Amino acid sequence: MAVSVDEAVSPGPVRDHPAPTRRRSGRGRSVLELALLVVLAAVMLFPALWMLETSIKENRDVYAIPAKFFDFTVTLDHFRDVFVAPDGGRSALSVSFLNSVVVAGVSTLLATVLGVPAAWAYSRFSVKAKKDQLFFILSTRFMPPVVVVIPIFLMYRQVGLIDSKLGLILIYAAFNVPFTIWMMKGFVDEVPAEYEDAAMLDGYTRLQAFRKFTLPLLVPGIAATAVFALIFSWNEFVFAIFLTSSDEVRTAPPAIAGLIGGTTVDWGLVAAASVVFALPVLVFAYLVRKHLVAGVTLGAVRR
Amino acid sequence: MSDTVPLTTDNPGPVASATPPARGRSRWLSDRRLAVAFIAPALLLLLAMSVFPLLWALYLSFTDYSATRGGPAHFVWFENYTAILTSAQVHLRALTTLIYVVGAVVLQTVLGFTIAYLISRRTHGRGLLTTLFLVPMMLSPVVVGLFWRFMLDAQFGVINSILGSLGLGQVEWLTQQRTALISLIVVDTWQWTPFIMLIALAGLTAVPKYLYEAASIDRASEWFRFRTITLPLVWPLLLIAVLFRAIEAFRLFDLVYILTNGGPGVSTETLSFHVYKVAFLGFNTGTASAYGILMVLVVIVLTQLYLRYLNKLKED
Repeated sequence: MAVSVDEAVSPGPVRDHPAPTRRRSGRGRSVLELALLVVLAAVMLFPALWMLETSIKENRDVYAIPAKFFDFTVTLDHFRDVFVAPDGGRSALSVSFLNSVVVAGVSTLLATVLGVPAAWAYSRFSVKAKKDQLFFILSTRFMPPVVVVIPIFLMYRQVGLIDSKLGLILIYAAFNVPFTIWMMKGFVDEVPAEYEDAAMLDGYTRLQAFRKFTLPLLVPGIAATAVFALIFSWNEFVFAIFLTSSDEVRTAPPAIAGLIGGTTVDWGLVAAASVVFALPVLVFAYLVRKHLVAGVTLGAVRR
Repeated sequence: MSDTVPLTTDNPGPVASATPPARGRSRWLSDRRLAVAFIAPALLLLLAMSVFPLLWALYLSFTDYSATRGGPAHFVWFENYTAILTSAQVHLRALTTLIYVVGAVVLQTVLGFTIAYLISRRTHGRGLLTTLFLVPMMLSPVVVGLFWRFMLDAQFGVINSILGSLGLGQVEWLTQQRTALISLIVVDTWQWTPFIMLIALAGLTAVPKYLYEAASIDRASEWFRFRTITLPLVWPLLLIAVLFRAIEAFRLFDLVYILTNGGPGVSTETLSFHVYKVAFLGFNTGTASAYGILMVLVVIVLTQLYLRYLNKLKED
């Protein structure tokens, strides 16, 4: 009551006097906030930039003490070494990159083919204990990889899948199916079920209705989901290092990690390989930036 | 999404009532079969690659099986479990893991939320800032681990170089007991602060503007607005992000493997890393399985907590 009287009595001076000071302090604060943001952004980005810089530095600049930030000699030798072996043939790293493409690609395809229909079924039909099933599916994704890899290792040894691309593809697909189902269920939920009902009134079967009317609407969602599955498989390290050993099968993450095995480490090469490895991920992540929140929470959080 | 919303409203409701009941029933049956046909393959893969291995590990955990020695497995019942639960080595790893998980998650949450709050207050360049901040999160743990190892190198690492030019002393980041664990926490924080930031930002931008407007009409102070509007509305989502990160940090292996390899000594050996050593360097498969099952139990408790909050968030 008192406040409203106060305001009613003296609106002019109250507004005139504090306003400029408030605006000035507001601007000072916003400059401060911006400065803080810029500093934080610089700290967060510095390692990535340093990696980029190291990958184009000559070796003696890489190991320079103190570190050289600007005046270094630019070279693309490290990038050549990533792809070309010293004897002129294909390097082991480039083979591993190719393996990564195959393993990540096929496992993503498999996870999509299995996951999308399941997501549609979970979204459309009344399945017994649907919620429990869905939560069970998601929880398999949270198992510690080091624990899962012990029985998987024994299992693969029995059936001869150790050190094979198929073995990696299967485990990555199993890793990505929960994600695909959760992510895609969100996308299917957004397509009204009435479309299918209407199509079925026109004489289509349920399956045809799904194929002809719902599936085309899901394509952007499927693409985004597949991109995330691709990133997960591409970056995966634990299964790759325990289930594969030979150069012909190894994917890029263990191959890059293998670069630091010796007594001396060619950090320029490590940096270049890391850049080559990380660049596609960053491009893909940028393409699906609209779905990042859902993607990084395994489809659990949608906003 | 938003463009499909108007389409739903002019879709006639009578669609359902026009369907003759008899046809509806046969359709329901075929629907059921279709649902099974569509869900079963995915579930089968999960059963084969996730559930079966875990059951196998459960069986092995009661035996003295060793993957290298081979031979038949003998049942030892709970011997493995008692050995692990009473081992001082395991207690030490549990403590290391606890310090790491709590340290990393708290740091990430504070930093991530701060960045998200600062970004949400900006009107320009939000998209660009968000994208830039997200870079570390998208990198593979291998790349992150390797590169930080290079940057933290005591001799030619850039971090020590910067410290030196600032007139500060050199630190042996990865080769001293105390700093190694701190380095691990710092690197994990660097990589996963963007995760918290992303989720917090989603929560912050979802806070309806009119609430702030109403508050500013009431001349509520900035802090009051933050405490009574922003925080309660963002909190549920932030909690989900924190739990998610806690689970991930608990099961972390690759970063430890690359950055410190558990060393120096055993100062950065987390539970995950210790399981690996028992299983693949000690070849005590039975003991490692019991160890793993115990870890899975912890993960299941955390996951249940996570899923419960998720469910609550979805129902609101």
